[in-house]
Amino acid sequence: MDILQLLLYGVVLGSIVALGAVGVTLTFGILGFANFAHGDLMAFGAYVALVAYTWLALPLWLALPAAVAATVALALLVDALVFRRFRTRRPIVLLISSFGVALILRSLIQIGFGPGTVLYSTRIQIAERFWGLRVKPDQIVIVALTLVLVVLLHLFLSRTRTGKAMRAMADNPTLARLSGIDTENVIRWTWAIGGALAAVAGVCLGLNSRLSPEMGWFLLLAVFAAAILGGIGRPYGAILGGYVVGICVEMSNLVLPAEYSPVVPFALLVVMLIVRPTGLFAGRSG
Amino acid sequence: MEDVHGGYGEADVLHGVSMRVEAHEVVAIVGSNGAGKSTAMKAVFGLARVSRGRILLDGADIANRQPDRIVREGVCFVPQTENVFPTLSVDENLDIGGFTLKEGVRERKDGVYALFPDLVAKRRQAAGQLSGGQRQMVAMGRALMLRPRLLLLDEPTAGLSPLYMDQIFKIVRDVNATGVAVLMVEQNARQALAIADRGYVLATGRNRHEGTGAELIADPAVAESFLGG
Amino acid sequence: MEAVILGYGVFFLTLGGVYALLALGLNVQWGYVGMLNVGIAAFFAVGAYASAILTGPADPAHLGGFGLPVWLGMSGAAFFAALLGLAIGLVTLRLRSDYLAIASIGIAEIVRLVLKNEDWLTNGVRGIAGIPRPFEALWPGNGGLAMLLVVWGLVFLAFLLNHRAHRSPWGRVLRGIRDNEPAARAMGKNSLAFRLQAFVLGCAVMGLAGSAYAHFVGFISPEAFDPVFATFLVWVMLIAGGSGNNTGAILGALLIWGVWSGTEILTGYLPAEVQTQAGALRVLAIGVLLQAILILRPEGLLPERPPRPVWRKETSR
Repeated sequence: MDILQLLLYGVVLGSIVALGAVGVTLTFGILGFANFAHGDLMAFGAYVALVAYTWLALPLWLALPAAVAATVALALLVDALVFRRFRTRRPIVLLISSFGVALILRSLIQIGFGPGTVLYSTRIQIAERFWGLRVKPDQIVIVALTLVLVVLLHLFLSRTRTGKAMRAMADNPTLARLSGIDTENVIRWTWAIGGALAAVAGVCLGLNSRLSPEMGWFLLLAVFAAAILGGIGRPYGAILGGYVVGICVEMSNLVLPAEYSPVVPFALLVVMLIVRPTGLFAGRSG
Repeated sequence: MEDVHGGYGEADVLHGVSMRVEAHEVVAIVGSNGAGKSTAMKAVFGLARVSRGRILLDGADIANRQPDRIVREGVCFVPQTENVFPTLSVDENLDIGGFTLKEGVRERKDGVYALFPDLVAKRRQAAGQLSGGQRQMVAMGRALMLRPRLLLLDEPTAGLSPLYMDQIFKIVRDVNATGVAVLMVEQNARQALAIADRGYVLATGRNRHEGTGAELIADPAVAESFLGG
Repeated sequence: MEAVILGYGVFFLTLGGVYALLALGLNVQWGYVGMLNVGIAAFFAVGAYASAILTGPADPAHLGGFGLPVWLGMSGAAFFAALLGLAIGLVTLRLRSDYLAIASIGIAEIVRLVLKNEDWLTNGVRGIAGIPRPFEALWPGNGGLAMLLVVWGLVFLAFLLNHRAHRSPWGRVLRGIRDNEPAARAMGKNSLAFRLQAFVLGCAVMGLAGSAYAHFVGFISPEAFDPVFATFLVWVMLIAGGSGNNTGAILGALLIWGVWSGTEILTGYLPAEVQTQAGALRVLAIGVLLQAILILRPEGLLPERPPRPVWRKETSR
């Protein structure tokens, strides 16, 4: 297949991975644990949008905010019910707990929608041709939406008090506490932003292919790889890491059978862990 | 600080340390490695456990209080390492220092830049990219944003070149001249005592010597064991 | 009726023993050293397939037909699982424990894809059948019972090994590493060697569990190594029983396996069209159970009892 066409698919996939990786890197940096439930938050968002879009017959531009709102609420609820109780314990306990939360969310989706795959719309989209490349309208929407969200995220992180506090806490949680930052408030914002971006990522993933209860779990490795590639606790790094992972996964089709493309993020991760464990931009060490 | 015992976890590092910092004073804590210098300072800031004794700030006991409450009492602490936010710019580091302020952040930042003119040109740079001495300035500036009554410095000159060391000590005096009391732990004992109003020498978690900086430097016993002869 | 009950009893206790082996393997890694292996399914599967290929009948569709005795198959299972553990351990054990957790899901993913797609090796989704049971010839018709004894013999062996290791100076170093990771990392290479040994040992025990499973059931396919049954359930077992306590690991394995298979019997009475939903509900219940244990009794039913209390340090941050 044409290299440029694969690059384009890589950018689309990379947008989705990037949106997921921002949430993972923020929770990793601020709460100190790898959230194994993040992929299932994405799936949750995708299914909320499915309910809004197909059952309530809302247009997609309204289904998306509904998914975002529900996923943010879910992330805050899980934190209040479960994760908050482990703040004083070793962060590794949070990781194990998040593994359990991941399965709870996935089971809930299975109970509600069954184990099979679903589509948002069975209508076949006609791919447009630009300079010889095939592009579906949905793919343009995904990339454009991601760009808008990245700009909004940048404004939030660099211009607002809470955004700066969030970056400070991801940089050095102890020093942030010593500076009088209200850490619980920053944590709530972290879940809100991570949840919102996860919901959008989930909806985009559903648009790009299909919905299934495992959709988030299957993408989790790519999301983690992107977050580690970008350096833990670094949202900008995670976005770049997302595109690197997405493009590498699609490009791998040139040399690897398609059924093995899920291995590519892992390979990137291993190479990264051997060569430069702190990430491309030297995230927090250790 | 009266007869303080304490440490981390189960083991006590301090076995009865007493010291006093008057308003507008610079006080240095010196002593060999493992004497409990840093622990004594961290006990003041609620980062090390106090099992016995009292720590009084204007008559109120602040022993074992949470650091964020101690900050609100007007005491700021500059750790020895990891004392800046590396991916934040210098300006943003100062913003975080003034995080609890409702207003007047800009004025106070101007005040800090007046004290550390070297930082003005670097205000948009990430703090992690600065040299060790400049990072120390950012760390102190961040702490000064809250206009503390007492500034705690943990080995501010550790790992710095002699040139920067002199500069940092000069800054400590300048900061002190603005009305802030300073308590610092120092390995570079002679230079620290030279600029300090008073000093304490700790050994094995207890007070060993105390006096004005000049007295301690002149004391042969102190000189022999702690100032390298 | 009696035969059915006996048959179920053998089935329940043998698979309970397989889970006990998995929990003991995880205990060396997590309970002793605090290493997070979220890819148990991978080592379990590698052990099962290694044993099946080494001892199974020849089949032109996939690799096999070596006709080796079962004990060699089991050794091979432990060996190949250990080899995989060595490879992943060398890369990730130098790093903080979260990275091992993330890397181990990657390994599990790779193993899953190989099982599904490399037909020449594993026969793909069709699986491998006709895996021999030991002592079948000696004790005709009661191969299940013989396998039960073999599995629990292995559990006993693994328990003894774990127990001795825990009490030895080697075990003491491991606990030191677990309770103070930064200090242990500062020890550098030395600490890495200890962690690697513990990780590889745990993986070998998991491989052995896979082999025991293959020889008992006689047929394996990629479906049997779903991360929910093969990884998550084992984690809940160890945490419920008591991380660091080998008796606890076995107790937790039997208890959670009892809950898991017991609820399966219950949901079996439900109409067929809601069976998948009921299965998901069971996973959900186990997930909630894990949160409840972590919140209410984080040390598990049988907390770790260190042989020398002096060595105990505060594990909380």
